[in-house]
Amino acid sequence: MKILAFDTSTEACSCALYRDGKIEDRFVIAPRKHATLILTMVDELLSEAGLTITQLDLLAFGRGPGNFTGLRIACGVAQGIAFGADIPVAPISSLATLAQEAAQNKNVLAIIDARMAEIYSGLYIIDNQGIMRCSGSEMLCVPNNITIPNAGQWFGVGTGWATYGDQLSKRLGERLQNYQTDKYPQARAMMPLALTAFKEGQIVSAENALPVYLRNKVVN
Amino acid sequence: MRILGIETSCDETGVAIFDTKQGLLGHQLYSQVELHAKYGGVVPELASRDHIRKLIPLIKSLLIESQTQANEIDGIAYTAGPGLIGALLVGTAVGRSLAWAWQVPAIGVHHMEGHLLASMLEKPAPSFPFLALLVSGGHTQLVHVEALGKYKILGESVDDAAGEAFDKTAKLLDLGYPGGPAIARLAEQGNPNRFHFPRPMTRQQGLNFSFSGLKTSVLTTWRAQVEKNEQTRADIARAFQDAVIDTLIIKCRRALKQTGLKSLVIAGGVGANQSLRAGLSALAKTMAINVYYPRPIFCTDNGAMIAYAGSLRLAAGESEPLAFSARPRWSLETI
Ligand SMILES: Nc1ncnc2c1ncn2[C@@H]1O[C@H](COP(=O)(O)OP(=O)(O)OP(=O)(O)O)[C@@H](O)[C@H]1O
Ligand SMILES: [Mg+2]
Repeated sequence: MKILAFDTSTEACSCALYRDGKIEDRFVIAPRKHATLILTMVDELLSEAGLTITQLDLLAFGRGPGNFTGLRIACGVAQGIAFGADIPVAPISSLATLAQEAAQNKNVLAIIDARMAEIYSGLYIIDNQGIMRCSGSEMLCVPNNITIPNAGQWFGVGTGWATYGDQLSKRLGERLQNYQTDKYPQARAMMPLALTAFKEGQIVSAENALPVYLRNKVVN
Repeated sequence: MRILGIETSCDETGVAIFDTKQGLLGHQLYSQVELHAKYGGVVPELASRDHIRKLIPLIKSLLIESQTQANEIDGIAYTAGPGLIGALLVGTAVGRSLAWAWQVPAIGVHHMEGHLLASMLEKPAPSFPFLALLVSGGHTQLVHVEALGKYKILGESVDDAAGEAFDKTAKLLDLGYPGGPAIARLAEQGNPNRFHFPRPMTRQQGLNFSFSGLKTSVLTTWRAQVEKNEQTRADIARAFQDAVIDTLIIKCRRALKQTGLKSLVIAGGVGANQSLRAGLSALAKTMAINVYYPRPIFCTDNGAMIAYAGSLRLAAGESEPLAFSARPRWSLETI
């Protein structure tokens, strides 16, 4: 099984190549540089592995939520490659990817700063295969409206915690175990999710690979 | 050489395949006009969201229409600017990645170069050098086109573009968006002698334009009317259109005299206006020069002009690296 994954939903830009259990990757923090970086990074990964695109079994891209332009860059690249090489696509949640990066915890609360005083958030619970599963749905809201889990200890991850750490800690109280702010969705962490999506048939063709913005009110 | 062209700079998703031997093999267009109409103008974020939904399906049906297999495409051209950054990025991301997957060269095309060269898709086609009158929603320019990539702007609007003037005037008269075609339709019923609006900047030397004063004249006239009926609307539309067209013709004549060029090429959405075409054809006759127009659907944004301009650039050995980019502001003279 060979998978190419990439994410440009936040300030970070990353891609990874999975080959039968082995992962190679690239990761940089590069705000507003995604367009100039992503294809070169992907091309390098493939040529170092001596692979061509047509040998890939699956493409995974960070479908959001996150920066609108970033989502469309990853999505446009995924559509172009998937259509050109006839490969199926697994759209992967950027929040799930963040949660997967903190998979040493059972319960993870992934939060990305959505600007305009709001956050993108999702509650994730690990399953017996080590895969982070969304409990409920991902949402966009002001930090004070975040869903408080009714049981367990939760670990917070993502840039939303950098901006609203205090406010969120207060609201979550004893449900919050701890949090880590300097985490971005990384393509490497998308692999377990992409493999699961593939196994479960959660894959789409190029034209159905679309971003999930969550923020849908964009006109006043 | 067979080139796929992609246009997503504003509110139309356009794709086309141009073959350097066989000509245009097919073109498809999806217009977002209805999506933006209720906002009275293009909403950039909505435009981007729509492009990413429509582009691949459009390319798919284009390949079928033009009976082209993926492996017959030799290059991909996409609009890299100027335009709305988010919208441009959709076309550049999909176009550049698709070219990478197909292992063919890719080229980012200047949208206005696409417009400038659009009439070369027609028969008879103009040949270099020529004078181009570029009249679109965002531009009003007189361009001396010496050769591919050699463009000198002789004059341009110091404020509103001609198309913008049509759109704003239509709004004042409650004709909806976009206004150009609506004004043109109404003007046909208008009395040419009831109102008269100034021909801005025609007495002065030079080749620049100014259209923002015209909408003020329209507004003052419209407000002063007691009977705001259909006929009055039509008469104002007629006077407005005549003023714009007269101004454009006066400047074209001046530029043709100044440069000694023997061909005049029209480009951009306002070029679809039939009265403008008739006026310019009459001018060409009296000056014994040739005038060229793209078919009306290739006056406004389309993929064909991008495929064509891209084919010339790729044939000249140019191509874009894997690092793609959108250039929302990009001067025609610097390409
Ligand atoms: N028949 C017509 N008469 C006058 N104006 C017209 C006509 N048809 C279209 N237009 C005008 O043409 C403009 C659209 O042209 P076009 O699509 O070339 O512009 P654009 O792509 O928005 O701008 P640009 O290319 O400068 O970025 C609109 O302003 C529209 O009102
Ligand atoms: Mg245009």
